[in-house]
Amino acid sequence: MSSQSLLEFQALTFERDDWPLFNGLSGTINAGEILQITGPNGCGKTTLLHILATIQPFNTGSLCWLGSDISLCRQQYLSAIAFIGHKPGLKLSLTPRENLQWLAQLQPLTRCTSAEALVRIGLAGFEDVPCHTLSAGQLRRAALATLCMTQASLWLLDEPLTALDVQGIADLEALLLAHAAQGGAVVLSSHQALINPVVRTLALDAMAEAEL
Amino acid sequence: MTTLSGAFFGVIRRDLSIAMRHRGDLLNPLFFFLIVVTLVPLSISPEPARLAAMAPGMIWISALLATLLALDNLFQDDFTDGSLVQLMLSPQPLWLLVLAKIIAHWLVTGLPVVLFSPLLGLMLSLPEEGFAPLLLGLVLGTAVFSLLGAVGAALTVALHKGSVLLSLLVMPLYVPVLIFGTSAVQRAVDGMSYGGVMAMLAAASAFSLLVAPFAAAGALKVGING
Repeated sequence: MSSQSLLEFQALTFERDDWPLFNGLSGTINAGEILQITGPNGCGKTTLLHILATIQPFNTGSLCWLGSDISLCRQQYLSAIAFIGHKPGLKLSLTPRENLQWLAQLQPLTRCTSAEALVRIGLAGFEDVPCHTLSAGQLRRAALATLCMTQASLWLLDEPLTALDVQGIADLEALLLAHAAQGGAVVLSSHQALINPVVRTLALDAMAEAEL
Repeated sequence: MTTLSGAFFGVIRRDLSIAMRHRGDLLNPLFFFLIVVTLVPLSISPEPARLAAMAPGMIWISALLATLLALDNLFQDDFTDGSLVQLMLSPQPLWLLVLAKIIAHWLVTGLPVVLFSPLLGLMLSLPEEGFAPLLLGLVLGTAVFSLLGAVGAALTVALHKGSVLLSLLVMPLYVPVLIFGTSAVQRAVDGMSYGGVMAMLAAASAFSLLVAPFAAAGALKVGING
């Protein structure tokens, strides 16, 4: 397995309302690695993922993608990441297929069609019903279907296990492992342990708290 | 790989199909526009001469308020369900995607107002000469409303109860458009040339078209983090 470093963050500092959420947080995300951010509620898991996805600016520190600063290669970086937030990002009035097709026009989701992705994620038969009729777990699956389609090498997943049933968690873990085996990397936040012991985890919040 | 035009038209198509599935939201500003203008003869005077004097102003004011009513939804829904973040994480230039959203917004709010304005002109017995500048002015004016409104909507997207602030932010920018719009119709009714006033409106819409997508994209990057 390659251990090439994909994303590197050095001495990240982020303050919210004059309160330092991170103070000098550093780390590396290597190819083939699954990094789990764990920690209590409000410790900044989502904020860190937002910073890594360049949605949220940070106060000081640096963020490097393949060795070059993120501000110099943001366009290239955006083509190389898949971010699924705590909110699934689906329009409830559209069907899962329409939602995925819209996303595929914006982001590099070209590995398979939306129909194939929905079958693989366990939503066969629900492709063309409005999303507001789906359950929370099915909505989460529909959002995760983009992972079957994406060409991105770095996946940033905020609480992907929310509302998933046991089978859904197993399916997601299989997806993550397959992605890591192909040399991709995953950063996910969750306060519950993944079932699959093969998943490598790194508790970032312990470092953040130590620095605090 | 995604293409520029695919992403642009994809955003327009999606926003239009969402609008078609929420017809209530779609019709709300239009009904507001129709109701205000319908109530004027009932509450003030059905006398054609008095109505004609008020017609340009009444139609423009209600068009402005109808657009303002729908402005909240431009980015708010997408922010709430998380799809705005997905839009912003597209490798395609954000200003272009924002422009696509503004165009879709204008098609479902500004365009119906423009299309119904001649009917309201008839109801308020607007003299015949006023119709052409009313239509042309509203096409340009509602475009400015949507474009400049998008900047305000982007800035206030993550704020709870941001709509009051949004109205305060965009109203000063809307007022010049309102003044030029009504005066174009008034001048035409009074038999004067309205070309100069219309040129000002056209300049305002051209300027907004150039500046607003970039400003709104920048505002979103700031606004999304509250």
